[in-house]
Amino acid sequence: MQIQEQVTERGDALDLMVNMGPQHPSTHGVFRLVIWVDGEKIARSESHIGYLHRGSEKLCEGEQYAQIITLFDRLDYVANLNGELAICMAAEKLMEIEVPERAEYIRVILCELNRIASHMMFYGVYGLDAGAMTPVLYGFRERERIQDMFESVTGARMMHNYIRIGGVNEDLPDDFGARMSTLLDQLERGVEECDELLSQNEMFLARTKGIGAISAEEAIDLGVTGPPLRACGVPEDVRISEPYSIYDRFDFGIPVGTRGDCWDRYYVRVEEMRQSLSVIKQAMRDMPDGEIAANVRRIARPPKGEVYIRTESPRGDFGVFLVSDGSDKPYRVKVRAPSFCNLQALQAMLRDAYIADAVLVLGSIDIVLGEVDR
Amino acid sequence: MSLSQVTLYALGGVALLTFLSLIVLVLTWAERKALARIQMRMGPMRVGFHGTLQPIADGIKLFTKEDILPSWADKRIYWIAPVAVFVPSLLLWVTLPVARDLVLRNLDLGLFYITAISVLSVMGLIMAGWGSANKYAILGGLRAAGQLVSYEIPFIMAILGVAMLAQSLDLTVVVDGQANYGYALVQPLGLFLFLTAGLAELGRTPFDIHHAESEVVGGPFVEYSGAHWAAFFLAEYLNTFTVAALTVLLFLGGWRWPAMPLDGVAHSTLSVVWFMVKTALVIWVIFWIRGTYPRLRIDQLMSFGWKMLVPLSFLNIVVTGIVLFYGWPLWILTVLSLVLLGGTVYVIFRGPRAKTERGTVTVYSASSLRR
Repeated sequence: MQIQEQVTERGDALDLMVNMGPQHPSTHGVFRLVIWVDGEKIARSESHIGYLHRGSEKLCEGEQYAQIITLFDRLDYVANLNGELAICMAAEKLMEIEVPERAEYIRVILCELNRIASHMMFYGVYGLDAGAMTPVLYGFRERERIQDMFESVTGARMMHNYIRIGGVNEDLPDDFGARMSTLLDQLERGVEECDELLSQNEMFLARTKGIGAISAEEAIDLGVTGPPLRACGVPEDVRISEPYSIYDRFDFGIPVGTRGDCWDRYYVRVEEMRQSLSVIKQAMRDMPDGEIAANVRRIARPPKGEVYIRTESPRGDFGVFLVSDGSDKPYRVKVRAPSFCNLQALQAMLRDAYIADAVLVLGSIDIVLGEVDR
Repeated sequence: MSLSQVTLYALGGVALLTFLSLIVLVLTWAERKALARIQMRMGPMRVGFHGTLQPIADGIKLFTKEDILPSWADKRIYWIAPVAVFVPSLLLWVTLPVARDLVLRNLDLGLFYITAISVLSVMGLIMAGWGSANKYAILGGLRAAGQLVSYEIPFIMAILGVAMLAQSLDLTVVVDGQANYGYALVQPLGLFLFLTAGLAELGRTPFDIHHAESEVVGGPFVEYSGAHWAAFFLAEYLNTFTVAALTVLLFLGGWRWPAMPLDGVAHSTLSVVWFMVKTALVIWVIFWIRGTYPRLRIDQLMSFGWKMLVPLSFLNIVVTGIVLFYGWPLWILTVLSLVLLGGTVYVIFRGPRAKTERGTVTVYSASSLRR
């Protein structure tokens, strides 16, 4: 109530204040965007977050390292494995653990699969934002195939709790190779189909081209990372600029846009799905046999110290800052959530936008509220 | 008017109402099945054979739900609005012939009546938007009004083009004029204009701007529930059927089929069958568009309406007028119309704007980025 009054005071009396969210079909979770509209044009906008705040970072301080992994599953709940990988890598770096080759390959394959699943979900929901019904079903069909694969490997469709400090929980199932090759064929066709359905549609182009454009300098100033930054023409990808795990062994492309508008952000993700497929193929080809986990004590006690890890999650630069006091529980965990940082750019992107654009601009940042609010 | 006449009209009205309700029920089911087909799913399957009883189950649900009145709502306007939307869509059917004699009341100025009545339902939408006292509803209602001014002129002008060809506003005469070929062959541009403006009038994809779920959350309907929401819903499907039926009557030869041999009852039955088949085809196209296209923005619709549809619809009339005035053969009109239509398609798909802006994303190889 109080917030409502403050907000109304600051808005122009002539403008209509509209609350988009926290209950609105296009806010992708419980995000509240307050906009002041002059007719259909947005005069000013303001983001309000915190509706999904669960205190994950604080919770981490009370849990043992093996238990934290599940909390990281629930940050970016669309790309769970990428979150797990980040916290495990942070602990491994602190404990100076050498992860077995096979485990690294399994991690890369699953994380890239998860990237495709996440982008497929983005693709579908973005179509829905633009008012097209069908893309969401095409996108979710492909995502469903990946979820099935995850289920057979990790035992869960989401919230896998699969990656462990020093490796992974279980070895791959016996028929993994065969199933994977059919999955890759299906996904390849699926990506092409999705691309054909929406990307070059005249009305979709009219709705997204030149909408919500920001310059590269502005994006860097605002701390934007991931696809929204690459859409502005900055070829920055943690997998290349600061390679982690075994990403330096693969040859893949980094899609980069030129205009930094909604369409570029959208198409960078579509193109990224193709590149992820190529990474998975290379990894499947080179994957060795052997151990799947290093010999780590069940209750991990990293030595006293602090570490910062950067990874490229589907949403951008996902960082974990971990401080250990030598006990079995971390002293402090701080997550640099790409969704949260990318969301800063929303106001800049909403300059001269219409109400209908607000939906598409917000969708093109591809936020996950679990990660924004933590 | 004698008592027997009144009884006849009353019976006709009841029969028409029953027929239209049945059509709406079938349409809701057909749309869900058609969309499901496009989207690789089954659609309703549980109630009845392949979900055929689903519309009835939906109806029972809607009519037994609580009718919610928001406390801030302007009560009278709020309750009248669904009626104001539903009644005009029903009134249109007074003069729409399904076969030569299957019409409640054939009017000499039938097309004039239709253009006049079809505008009325927008008032209901604005009333619903205002009466709900909801910001989304108001935005949606005003969008409906903005939409109206941009599509109504091409809609009427496309109808006028046909009226010029038929030399009449009487729908039966219009259909009789298409004894050998539909006016779609003479005026392909007119068909395009009419269907596009018709979609905008219906508020269906790609012009479902006033109730866009992802933007204004259902627009004017956002506060409605139960039977009153059902009235909006019925009106929407009824209007879909009306526009499809009008397309068939004006451009696709109505109930006629070239060289229809029969007379009497068999003729009437065959007429109805042809009419329904043609209408179903048009409706399928409308569903198909819904399954494929995203939504336009309100200002894009208005610029499309004013900069494209309005000049084109006037050109359509002028060209038709010239051909009719000099008594040239109609195939010249076909050619001219096709040229204009081709030009439109070219501007939309191959215009200067479309060419420069594609392909803004390039892929850098990882090896070129690694130093």
